[in-house]
Amino acid sequence: MKPDTSNADETPGWFDRKENVRKVLAGLSIGCGVLVLIDVIFWVTGYDKHPYLKWEKWPGFYAVYGFVSCVLLTMVAKYLLRPLVMRDENFYGEKAESEEMKGGSDNV
Amino acid sequence: MFEALPPAAIYLLGALIVPFLKGRVRQAFALAIPLIGLLNYTAISEGVHWTTTLLDFELILGNVDRWSLIYLNIFTVISFAGILYIINDNKALDLSAGLLYAGSAMGVVLAGDLLTMFFFWEMLTVAAVLCILSRQTPEAGKAAYRYLLVHVFGGVILLAGILIHLATGGSVAFDKIELSGVGPWLMFIGFGINCAWPVVGAWLTDTYHEASIGGVIFMATYTTKTAIFVLARCFPGEDTLLWIGMAMAIIPLIYAVIENDLRRVLAYCLINQVGFMVIGVGLGTALSLNGAAAHSYCHILYKSLLFMSIGAVIYRTGKSKATELGGLYRSMPWTCFFCCFGAASISAPFLAGFISKSMILSDAASKGTPMGTALWLVLLFAAAAVFFQAGIKVPFFAFFSRDSGIRCKEAPLNQLLAMGLVAAMCLIVGSFPNLIVYSMLPNPEASYNPYTFSHVTDQYALLLFSGLAFVLLLRAGLYPAEIRSTNVDFEVLYRRGGPVLYRVFDKVLNAANRIASALFIGVIARNVCNFFESGASRLACWIMTPVWMMQGADSEQIEDNRQAFFRIARKGALPIGITAFCAVMMLGLLSLIFLLEK
Repeated sequence: MKPDTSNADETPGWFDRKENVRKVLAGLSIGCGVLVLIDVIFWVTGYDKHPYLKWEKWPGFYAVYGFVSCVLLTMVAKYLLRPLVMRDENFYGEKAESEEMKGGSDNV
Repeated sequence: MFEALPPAAIYLLGALIVPFLKGRVRQAFALAIPLIGLLNYTAISEGVHWTTTLLDFELILGNVDRWSLIYLNIFTVISFAGILYIINDNKALDLSAGLLYAGSAMGVVLAGDLLTMFFFWEMLTVAAVLCILSRQTPEAGKAAYRYLLVHVFGGVILLAGILIHLATGGSVAFDKIELSGVGPWLMFIGFGINCAWPVVGAWLTDTYHEASIGGVIFMATYTTKTAIFVLARCFPGEDTLLWIGMAMAIIPLIYAVIENDLRRVLAYCLINQVGFMVIGVGLGTALSLNGAAAHSYCHILYKSLLFMSIGAVIYRTGKSKATELGGLYRSMPWTCFFCCFGAASISAPFLAGFISKSMILSDAASKGTPMGTALWLVLLFAAAAVFFQAGIKVPFFAFFSRDSGIRCKEAPLNQLLAMGLVAAMCLIVGSFPNLIVYSMLPNPEASYNPYTFSHVTDQYALLLFSGLAFVLLLRAGLYPAEIRSTNVDFEVLYRRGGPVLYRVFDKVLNAANRIASALFIGVIARNVCNFFESGASRLACWIMTPVWMMQGADSEQIEDNRQAFFRIARKGALPIGITAFCAVMMLGLLSLIFLLEK
């Protein structure tokens, strides 16, 4: 049985409202800002982070490293790996239609 | 206190009995086995237990130390959660496969000798194949076949390694082995195949997404973690593992970015996390080995939770691809919550992954060597990127993203309870590491405190900025679109290479077979057979021909005589007179030879 998709008349969910998505993103941005600020305070006050490596002392190192890592990963995947390895869904000769799995019969 | 039993025996017996039970009795029995296992676990003490003798070898079913106990603990916990997760469907194959899997893995971690270890090691493969088959789709059948072929190949390599190791004077003890010579290297590679090393580990992402929703929980828990356990037992501190671990920590994540099937994304991220453990084993210090054990424990928890949540989505919608899902937070809020909880548990402070991953990172950084620094940078990259994938991509595309329009029921109660149990474990383990995990670590002398203020803030910075990168890439349209496709990995070696090899063997070996058949059976064997069947008769005919010619017979009569004589001689039905004549002639001949020799 196919899942029910007749939902035209229902009210939009919390995450479907643009203002709520904006709230989440604002929260994320504030969180990021606060964490960088804390790191700057550590740096200014000379708080001992017990670092193993000198980079760990730089303010915002973890923030920048995390951000750059993810962007780099995405770019490598998108522009290097995908052109190299992406093939048709039926590359190995198995039917695409049969991807529908067992279960999925208890929908309302 | 009661006497503990070998945990493998409890589970394997349970797996055998389950198919003979029905209805509620089967459900109660299947759930009781892990509970008995848990009770039994509390009675197991350190030391050597349950030994027996086979030929000249002493088999040890219970070599219990701190290493085996921490693995036994988490294997027991997940056996209960996994069985609870699949209990409502009450399928004998699913339940038996799960119990068999758990028992086999426990057999490996408690084995005291290489033969016992190998026996249970192979049982793991049987259980995994059943877990894939229980999905009952044509693709699952093919995937199970591929899984079996790869793991039988790995098993043969391991067995060859063990036998060569023993034949060259190595000990049968399942303990530290020096990595030199053919035997130990073959064992090392045999372990590596189950550990999903690069190239030889493509079976994992090739098959996990085809398994049943419950089966994949057992698969993700037992196979790769027992591989980490055996590597830590036999080859701790091997430098080769550091390079292998680095490759495992990075390469699968790049695949995860462009993968559409969310269970496959989780499988890629699983390899990445096993890479952390491989590095932990490779570093070989007390702290890093503790880190490998602790991370096995924590990783099993949050990866099970993630597989359970996506399994629940498959259970209700029949779909697991990012292109087909989205917006499910409305229909499945609890499942969504548990998925996000599992995602956060990958590395957020106060949840499971944070307390274990950082042990390996700290140990790498504390080396102060270029290799240590490189490892630290790679692992930090991997920590950020795995959260970016398993932590953000999976929940986002399953439960948020664009609304797929799918409206379904929340996951069944038993699945929610199983997820709740594992989530609670993630929270307890992460918030109170000394309570469960740290108190069980193999090297208690190497203490570690993950909760310094700056460590917590640094970790949050890493994670939140990963999230920020995801949002910005998505908004800028730079995040790769989810496309229905196949991303070719090293499984192409056997999925495409296998049939080519088959055809080559078909052409070459079958042609050689045909030629050999024509020559040996068609020509040589037939002539030899003819000779022994009628050679003496023909000889007699040749001898008799001059006699008939002397009697004045023409060629036609000679031919008739030959045929008649041949028939008689073949049957040995010659008249007594002729036989006697031949005997006398033979005797005379022998006498002549004797006289001439004199």
